Amino acid sequence: MKAFALIIVILCAGLLIYGTSDFPPWSDPESPASTHVSPYYIEHTIEDTSVPNIVTSVLADYRGFDTMFETIVIFTAGIACFFLLRVTKREDHESRLYHHLVTGVTLRIKEGGKLPDESEEFRRVDTEWVPYSLIIKITCRLIVPFIMLFALYVIAHGHHSPGGGFQGGVIIGAAMILFAISNDLRAAILRLSEKMATFFCSAGVFIYAGTGLLCLLLGLNFLDYGALAKILFTDPVTARSHGILAVEIGVGIAVMGVVVSIYYNLSSAGKHDEGL
Amino acid sequence: MNWQIEFIILTMVIILGIGAITVKDLLGAGILFGAYSFMMCLLWAIMGAVDVAFTEASVGAGVSTVFFISAVFRTTRGTKD
Amino acid sequence: MGDLAKEFVTTYNYWVYIILMMIGLYAVMVKNNLVKKIIGMNIVQTAIILFFISIGAKRGATIPIIAHGHNGGEHAVHAADYINPLPHVLMLTAIVVAVATLGVALSLAIKIYQEYGTLEEDDIRTQTREE
Repeated sequence: MKAFALIIVILCAGLLIYGTSDFPPWSDPESPASTHVSPYYIEHTIEDTSVPNIVTSVLADYRGFDTMFETIVIFTAGIACFFLLRVTKREDHESRLYHHLVTGVTLRIKEGGKLPDESEEFRRVDTEWVPYSLIIKITCRLIVPFIMLFALYVIAHGHHSPGGGFQGGVIIGAAMILFAISNDLRAAILRLSEKMATFFCSAGVFIYAGTGLLCLLLGLNFLDYGALAKILFTDPVTARSHGILAVEIGVGIAVMGVVVSIYYNLSSAGKHDEGL
Repeated sequence: MNWQIEFIILTMVIILGIGAITVKDLLGAGILFGAYSFMMCLLWAIMGAVDVAFTEASVGAGVSTVFFISAVFRTTRGTKD
Repeated sequence: MGDLAKEFVTTYNYWVYIILMMIGLYAVMVKNNLVKKIIGMNIVQTAIILFFISIGAKRGATIPIIAHGHNGGEHAVHAADYINPLPHVLMLTAIVVAVATLGVALSLAIKIYQEYGTLEEDDIRTQTREE
């Protein structure tokens, strides 16, 4: 099997190398990929949308449909993870570990036993016990707000610098994941519940499609942000810039929700009780 | 152009890619894949694709490594190949 | 020497994408473990992204963000001065979709592990044959 696979791989590689000889020279300004449609984007992006970052304007304006359906793909992946993994168990049908803070004793409550309330005295701990580290906990708690602030900057400043909805959304999700790893999964779920994460997934897609629909209702094509000039009281070019921002916010919210919800499902295998 | 850096990074990418699929420990494979993604991110920053490099740094090197680690944590760490 | 090395590096770029794609293809075909197969799939994906970004590269051009200032917005923009942004846009969305599909693939792997107790493909095959 291995030899057979190796032969196929070498044949494919030979074929691809043979195809490479027909490519234009590397970084050639006259290559076909750079001569047909992209010069239009580069030369007209300022006068069409007043967004200096060409990638953002192409992503959200010229190719807005593409990005909208990519967002729907991400949303579908999040929902698919939920349906594949999520299991709901009754509260009293599992054994749990509790830590008694006053005496320092760890108790195991068997299946069907009476569970103590989460109070000052008892704290639930994970089955795979990890040593309590004050430094990691406090450091992560200190940097998480700044990571989120940076993510908001990335979303809002995507017009002028590298960044945008996808990156910012992933960074907010990563900050949530960092919080869930440094504390435990239950603490993260207390802050951002599963219901809210799933709500964010769909809300982001809704903001994106809703912006497009608003343009349609205002008398222009779907996702033609120039129509927003009527309600924003600006000229169409600035309205396009604002429309791109609205769409990027929608993408950011959707991506954040999906990343967090996939992490919740993967790290607890769908049970949402004990994480990484 | 600083072709030396590019050459080193391209070689590192190949080494890390081979390492990620040959190492006999799935946790190590996940970490090596994260390092591979980070090298890719550097490569794209050199080629001038700053937005792609930013996305790869946050997604490939950050979140997908966490996903691999949590999947390995929920399944098994050892493997035969 | 410098020119020759530069020439080698530029073709090396295309070679690396082929090598990476073949590493990933080999992993998907031969490797027995499902997580290894998923890693191989992701390597193929990054190889294709590398290919697209390499196509978009342009000699003597800068990053695709138009230079502007408070008074410098009026000068003409030449397409030859900026790297082709179109492959960047396509690949940017592809990377984020990649992480979402990675999540689906890993949850399928977790589900298979819960069902069969192993991630090795041949063990799963013998178990399904015995049933």
